[in-house]
Amino acid sequence: MKHEPLTPGVDTREHLVVIGNGMAGCRAVEELLARDPARYRVTIFGAEPHVNYNRIMLSPVLAGEKTFEQIVINDADWYAQNAIELVAGDPVVAIDRAARTVTARSGRVTGYDRLLIATGSDPFIIPVPGKDLPGVIGFRDMKDVDHMLAAAEKGGSAVVIGGGLLGLEAAHGLSLRGMKVTVLHIMPTLMERQLDEAAGWLLKSALEARGQTILTGADTAEIVGSDAVEGVRLKDGTLIPASLVVMAVGIRPSVALARAAGLAVGRGIQVDDHMVTSDPAILAVGECVEHDGNVYGLVAPLWDMCRALADGLTDAHSGYRGSVTSTKLKVAGLDVFSAGDFSGGAGAEDIVLRDASRGVYKRVVVKDDRIVGAVLYGDTADGNWYFDLLKRGEDIGAIRDLLIFGQAFASGGAQADPKSAVAALSDNAEICGCNGVTKGQVVGCIAKGAHSLDAVRATCKASASCGSCTGLVETILALTLGDEVQAGPKTMCKCTSFGHDDVRREIVRQDMRSIPEVMQKLHWSTPDGCSSCRPALNYYLLCALPGVYKDDQQSRFVNERLHANIQKDGTYSVVPRMWGGLTSPRELRAIADVVEKYDAPMVKVTGGQRLDIFGIKREDLPAVWADLNAAGMVSGHAYGKSLRTVKTCVGSEWCRFGTQDSTGLGVKVERMTWGSWMPHKFKIAVSGCPRNCAEATIKDFGVVCVDSGYELSVGGNGGIKVRATDFLCKVATEEEAMHYCAAFIQLYREEARYLERTAPWIERVGVEYVRARMADDAAGRDALAARFLFSQQFMQDDPWAARVAGAEREHHAPMATFTPTRATEEMA
Amino acid sequence: MIGEWLDIGWVDEIPVRGSRTVQVTGGDDIAVFRTGEGKVFALADRCPHKGGRLSQGIVHGGAVACPLHNWRIALATGEAMGEDKGCTPTVPVKISGGRVLICRASALKVAA
Ligand code: SRM
Ligand SMILES: Cc1cc2nc3c(=O)[nH]c(=O)nc-3n(C[C@H](O)[C@H](O)[C@H](O)COP(=O)(O)OP(=O)(O)OC[C@H]3O[C@@H](n4cnc5c(N)ncnc54)[C@H](O)[C@@H]3O)c2cc1C
Ligand code: SF4
Ligand code: FES
Repeated sequence: MKHEPLTPGVDTREHLVVIGNGMAGCRAVEELLARDPARYRVTIFGAEPHVNYNRIMLSPVLAGEKTFEQIVINDADWYAQNAIELVAGDPVVAIDRAARTVTARSGRVTGYDRLLIATGSDPFIIPVPGKDLPGVIGFRDMKDVDHMLAAAEKGGSAVVIGGGLLGLEAAHGLSLRGMKVTVLHIMPTLMERQLDEAAGWLLKSALEARGQTILTGADTAEIVGSDAVEGVRLKDGTLIPASLVVMAVGIRPSVALARAAGLAVGRGIQVDDHMVTSDPAILAVGECVEHDGNVYGLVAPLWDMCRALADGLTDAHSGYRGSVTSTKLKVAGLDVFSAGDFSGGAGAEDIVLRDASRGVYKRVVVKDDRIVGAVLYGDTADGNWYFDLLKRGEDIGAIRDLLIFGQAFASGGAQADPKSAVAALSDNAEICGCNGVTKGQVVGCIAKGAHSLDAVRATCKASASCGSCTGLVETILALTLGDEVQAGPKTMCKCTSFGHDDVRREIVRQDMRSIPEVMQKLHWSTPDGCSSCRPALNYYLLCALPGVYKDDQQSRFVNERLHANIQKDGTYSVVPRMWGGLTSPRELRAIADVVEKYDAPMVKVTGGQRLDIFGIKREDLPAVWADLNAAGMVSGHAYGKSLRTVKTCVGSEWCRFGTQDSTGLGVKVERMTWGSWMPHKFKIAVSGCPRNCAEATIKDFGVVCVDSGYELSVGGNGGIKVRATDFLCKVATEEEAMHYCAAFIQLYREEARYLERTAPWIERVGVEYVRARMADDAAGRDALAARFLFSQQFMQDDPWAARVAGAEREHHAPMATFTPTRATEEMA
Repeated sequence: MIGEWLDIGWVDEIPVRGSRTVQVTGGDDIAVFRTGEGKVFALADRCPHKGGRLSQGIVHGGAVACPLHNWRIALATGEAMGEDKGCTPTVPVKISGGRVLICRASALKVAA
C-alpha cells in the first residue's frame, strides 16, 4: 500500500517517533525509507548533540586516525532531504503510553502513532568507592572521546579498567596520544569472551611490546582522589596513580525509559520476532532489546533486526530469528577474529596452526566434520570463510586436512589432498620462510642423502628455525623417498613436532618465560598441551629461570602438587626428610604421634633410609605436615622428580673399617641438594669404605670414601635394569666432593630430557662427555656449581610449610559436602 | 527445600586447568573440573580403569589424565580416550551468576 507524497501544510501520515539517534535507530529509518519512503512521518530524538555517526569508529577518532566529520553516517542534509525532524541534544525523559506521547528534557511533548525505542546501552560502572569522581568516564560516545583527548593533552597516566575490546581500544588510543597507560583486567587473559587463552596471551604480549602495562587478575578496590581522580587501588593494595580512569568493564542495555513506561523488560526490552514490545504501538531495536533471551553487543545483529523491523512496519512481516555472531575486530591495530563456540566440549576437535615468526595463531574447532567455532589472531583473512561454513553447517570432511591453511589452499580443486598440493608446488616455491629455502633446494638436499627431517635441517636449514614448515618438509621427504624416510629423534609428544632438546634450546635462546609462550612460539598443535608435555615444559622453564618463573601447579603430576605419594586407594603416603638417614627421639616421637592421631594404617622403613607413613587422607595432609614441621621436619620429596634421599653408612665415627665421616658428608650433601627439581628422581649415597654398605654405586651420584679421599661415581640405579655407576674422578676433600656433586647435578638438570634418569642420559651422551665437562673443564665446572647453588636459593623452602601456612588450600578441601536428606535419597 | 540443582560454590573456586571435589556423604566423591577455556564439568571421581581419583589428574584440553595409570578421560562424556575402553558417569552442570550448580539426581546416582 503506497501513500500520497508529502503535501505541504498538514501531514496526515502516521507519525513514527524514534528515541535514539544512534546506529540502530537511524539504520531502522534507512531500511524503512528504502521500502516505503512516504509512509511515515519521522521524528528522531537524540540525547547526543550530533547527527548520526558510526560509533565503532570512535576508536580511530581517539587514536587520531579519523576526524569526527569522517565518521558521520548521515549528515544534516540526509535528515532534510527525507523530511526527518531531528531533535538532537534533547533526550526523551518519559513515555505516556495512554496518551501516546513522549516528553523530552526540554519539556517538549510529542505525540506518536508508532514509537521506536533505540536507546542502545550504558557503560557499566563498577560500584567502587570513588566511581563518581571527576575524571572517571566510560567509553561510549563522542563526549567520552572529547574527555579523553582533553586529558591526554595534559599528559600523565591513565588507568583503563577492563581488558575487553573497548578497554583495549581506549588504552591504545590513549597511549598513542602520549599517556602512560595501565590496563586492569580481572580475568587471567584478555578478551576472554572472544579469544581463547593462546590468542589472549598473544594479544597481551603484543600490547606490552607497545609499552602498555597490562595487569591481569587485577581486582579494583577503589578509585582514590579528593576532588578528582588521583589513582586506583587494587584489592592486593597496589596503588596505580592516574589522572584519568576509563571504565570499560561492560555495557548494560539502556532500559530505564521503557521500564518506567511499564513495558516488559528482562535483561533488555523484550521484543517479538518483529521487534514489537509488550505494547503493540511500541517497537524497540538495537542493543537495548532482548530477543529470545539474547541481548547483543555488536552491530551485525542490529542490521538483521532493522531489516525485520522495517518489514514489519511496511506490513511485509519477515521476522527476526536471532543472530549467530562472529567478532572480527582490529584491536589496537591487531587483527582478531572469533566465531561460534570455541570452548571445545564433547566430541570437539581442534585444528591449530601457529606461525610464530608472523605472529599468527589460527584455531578451528570441528565437531562431526562441521565447524563449530574459530579463533584467529594475526591473520583473519579467512574469518568470513570459516564463519560462512559454520553458519551453513557445511560438511568439511573432504577439505579437513587443508582447512586450517585457509580458503585459497583448501578450495584448490584438484589439490584436495595435502600431498598432491605439495607435489604441485613449483621448484621455486618457498618452503622455509625463515631461511629462504625453496622446494627445489629441499629436494636437492634429500637427493644428496639427507633422508631425515634432522638431516634436512642440518644441510639446507629448512625448518631449522621457527619450525612452522616442518609439516611441508616432511611431506616433501615422503614424496621424494617414499618409505625410506628415516624417523628423526622422537618428538616430545603428539602436541609438537619438536624434540625435547630443540624445545630446551629454544626456551633459552628466545628467552621464553611461560608455557603458553613456548606453545605459541613453537607451534603447539593443541591449545594447552597434554599430560606429557606440560610437566616437561614446566620443568624446563623452572630450570632455565630460577627465581623468575612461577611454577604452574596444574602442570604437575598429583604427587608433586600434593607433596605426597598417591596410593591406589586414593590416600597418600608421607615421607619426612631424615637427613642422611639420621633421626632423633623428637622426630620419632612426632612421627609416632602422627601415626596415631591420623590413624595411619601402616608406617614403614623405606629402602631410602627413612620412615613412610601410609594411608593419609588428602584433607588431613596439611595438618599432618603441620605436626611434622613443628618437630623440625621438612618434606622428603619421596614423590618428586627431584632430589630424593641421601643414603649413608655409619662411617669412621663408629665403624671399624670406616675411612671418612660418611654420615656427616651425607648430611651436608643432603642439606645442599634438597628441594632441587630435576628431570627425574635423583638419589645420592655416601659409603664410608669400599664395602659400600650405602650402595653408593647404584645411585645417581655416589661417593665411596677411601683413606686418601673420595671416589666419585655417577649414573647408577636399581630398578628393572640395574646399572652400576661409572667412575668420575677421585678428590681429596669433602669440599671438592660437594663441589663436584653440585656441578654434576646442574649439568644433568640443564641437559637431560625430562623423565630421563642419569643412567640413560649418560648412556646417551657418553660418560666421556660428562667427564670432559666435569673433570677436565674447571671453569665450566665452577660455573655449573655456581648456577646450581644460585637456583637452590629459590628451591629450598619447604613446600609443606607453605601449605601449612594456608597456601593452595583448594588442593585439599572438598569444594562442598552434600548429605542426602530424604529417605528416598539414601545412598545404597 | 530440595531443588533440582545443587549449588556447590563459585566457579572461581576451581583452579583453571584443575579440579575440586564434592563430598557426598555415604558415597563416592564427585570431581568438578574447570578447563583452560573455562568450561566446567562434573564426573564421578572414579577412573573406569581401576578407580583412580580423576580429580587428582592433569587437565588438558577437554580431558583429564588419571593419576594412577595415565588413562585419558574425556570430561564431557566420561569416556576413556584412545585405545582404552571404559566410561565414568557424568553429572550435568549449569553455571548461573558465577555459581556452579550440579544436577542433584545424577549426583546421587553417580555417588552411589
Ligand atoms: C617407599 C619406597 C619402597 C619402600 O618402602 O622402601 C619406594 C616406593 C616406590 N618406588 Fe622405589 N621406593 C623406595 C626406594 C627405592 C629404591 C631404594 C633406594 O632408594 O635406595 C630403589 C632402587 C634405587 C633406585 O632408585 O635406582 C627404588 C627404585 C624404584 C624405581 C626404579 C627406578 C629406575 O630408575 O629404574 C621405580 C620406578 C620409577 O621411578 O619409574 C620406583 C618407584 C616407586 C614408586 C614411586 C612407584 C610409583 O610410581 O608409585 C613407589 C611409591 C610408593 C609410595 O607411594 O610411597 N622405585 N625405589 C622407597 C622410598 C625411598 C624413600 O625413602 O624415598
Ligand atoms: C568505541 C566503540 C567501538 C565499537 N566497536 C565495535 C566494532 O568494532 N564492531 C561491532 O560490531 N561493534 C562495535 N561497537 C558496538 C556498537 O557500536 C554497538 O553495538 C552499536 O552502536 C549499538 O547500536 P544502538 O543503536 O543499539 O546503540 P547506540 O549506537 O549507542 O545508539 C543509542 C543512541 O541512543 C541515545 N539515547 C539513549 N537514551 C536516549 C533517550 N532517552 N533519548 C534520546 N536518545 C537517547 C544515545 O545517546 C545513543 O546515541 C563499538 C562500540 C563502541 C562504543
Ligand atoms: S618395588 Fe614395586 S611394589 Fe614395591 S614399592 Fe617399588 S614400585 Fe611399589
Ligand atoms: S585407575 Fe585410572 S588409569 Fe588406572
